[in-house]
Amino acid sequence: MKPTITRRSFLKGTITAACSIATSSSLAKAAAGLENGQPIATLLDISKCVGCQECVYACKEVNANKYPKPQKPFPKMYPNGVKAEDWSDKTDVIDRLTPYNWLYIQSATVEIDGEQKDLTIPRRCMHCSNPPCVKLCPWGAAVQLDNGISRIDADICLGGAKCQTVCPWLIPQRQTGVGLYLDILPSFAGNGVMYKCDRCYNRITKGEIPACIEACPENVQTIGPRDEILKQAYELAKSMNGYIYGENENGGTNTLYVSPVPFDKLNSVIEKGKGKPHLAAVKDSMETGNKLAVAMLIAPFAGAVGAAMKFYSINKKNDD
Amino acid sequence: MTFYERVIKYFYIVIITFLTLTGFGQMPIFKRYRIADIPGLGWLAEFYITHAMHYIFASLLIALSVYLFFDHIFIGKKERKITTTGYVKGVMILGLIITGGLMVFKNLSGILYSPIVISILDLSHLILCMTLLFYSLFTLIKAKRWTMK
Repeated sequence: MKPTITRRSFLKGTITAACSIATSSSLAKAAAGLENGQPIATLLDISKCVGCQECVYACKEVNANKYPKPQKPFPKMYPNGVKAEDWSDKTDVIDRLTPYNWLYIQSATVEIDGEQKDLTIPRRCMHCSNPPCVKLCPWGAAVQLDNGISRIDADICLGGAKCQTVCPWLIPQRQTGVGLYLDILPSFAGNGVMYKCDRCYNRITKGEIPACIEACPENVQTIGPRDEILKQAYELAKSMNGYIYGENENGGTNTLYVSPVPFDKLNSVIEKGKGKPHLAAVKDSMETGNKLAVAMLIAPFAGAVGAAMKFYSINKKNDD
Repeated sequence: MTFYERVIKYFYIVIITFLTLTGFGQMPIFKRYRIADIPGLGWLAEFYITHAMHYIFASLLIALSVYLFFDHIFIGKKERKITTTGYVKGVMILGLIITGGLMVFKNLSGILYSPIVISILDLSHLILCMTLLFYSLFTLIKAKRWTMK
């Protein structure tokens, strides 16, 4: 058989060699973060991304074993009108997030210094510092790891899609016909499993870096302890007179973007919609709940004071 | 039943009703079963609203429980005795407050529980709630009271 060199295999070989130094450095930083018990964050330099989609293909290849293998036909769901979501025949879709595509490239044409430029932005889960998908999952199917990664356990998830609804970027994507709901009440509860980027948690456990970072020929992404990554993001933003996204969005995320143009400008030109997240400013979704949690601490004291006041009032009446 | 007891009773019923509604609202069922489509009930499918309301009514339940506990210790002990029904419901509410409190703590930034602990807490909170509801229905039918003179 005649050996063939495809663009992908050529890039892969050269990238592996070229990135080995950067990789080992990133790994050391990530490991240091883990040892210090710090969340690990990634920094994406948008000005470097050329939109080659190597990260997208690497993600699909490395995570293929985690993708859903639904049973068909899907169970009939009640009440009528509950829709099945099936991506199993569209696994090659790469222009949005799907259960089979956890990372995609978003494009924006913007004006920089009076010149029209095309920017490309790798988009995936932001891995929030306080992720609502994890905190508000009613079954404990979504979890946050010590290193700041949030992931959904496909063996526990029932596919109710609450994580998608509460996510400010609507990141998790559903596939029907797979998961635990099939063994419980498939017609009346659940609707599959939710899928999203888990930042290659299993590779990180083995001392490897996420596939998207390893495959990138332009070194768009850097990984390391969040404090250090944030410092780098500030330095990078200063060097290009640019802007940071993710530092404060939804109370802070473990994914930081640095762009030469303001993010509200980028957000106004990118294609948004289902599976295509925005780049708008996001307030902390968990803030109200956390404030009420603090207020909850006052409740027992209020109750005790109420009872004491009643006791005092009765005693005083009796004394009079 | 005195006016004071009547006020406490209706306050408790309102709290438990809203806690149950907003608690079940943490699961994506009101939208699926179109209950949220009923005019005036759309808020049941708004997770952040039901989440905040659940916290508010949980705070009221904690305040009421602590108030009644100390009220009984300071004053009520001389006049009334807690029945078995009262003790059973009290233990269930205590269980709900403990499991709920642990979940509220889990929701704070930087607090990580293992997946198994989260699942156990979620399920035990749900089971305790269901048990309390069915037991309350039983005590309502049998006219059993929390306390006796």
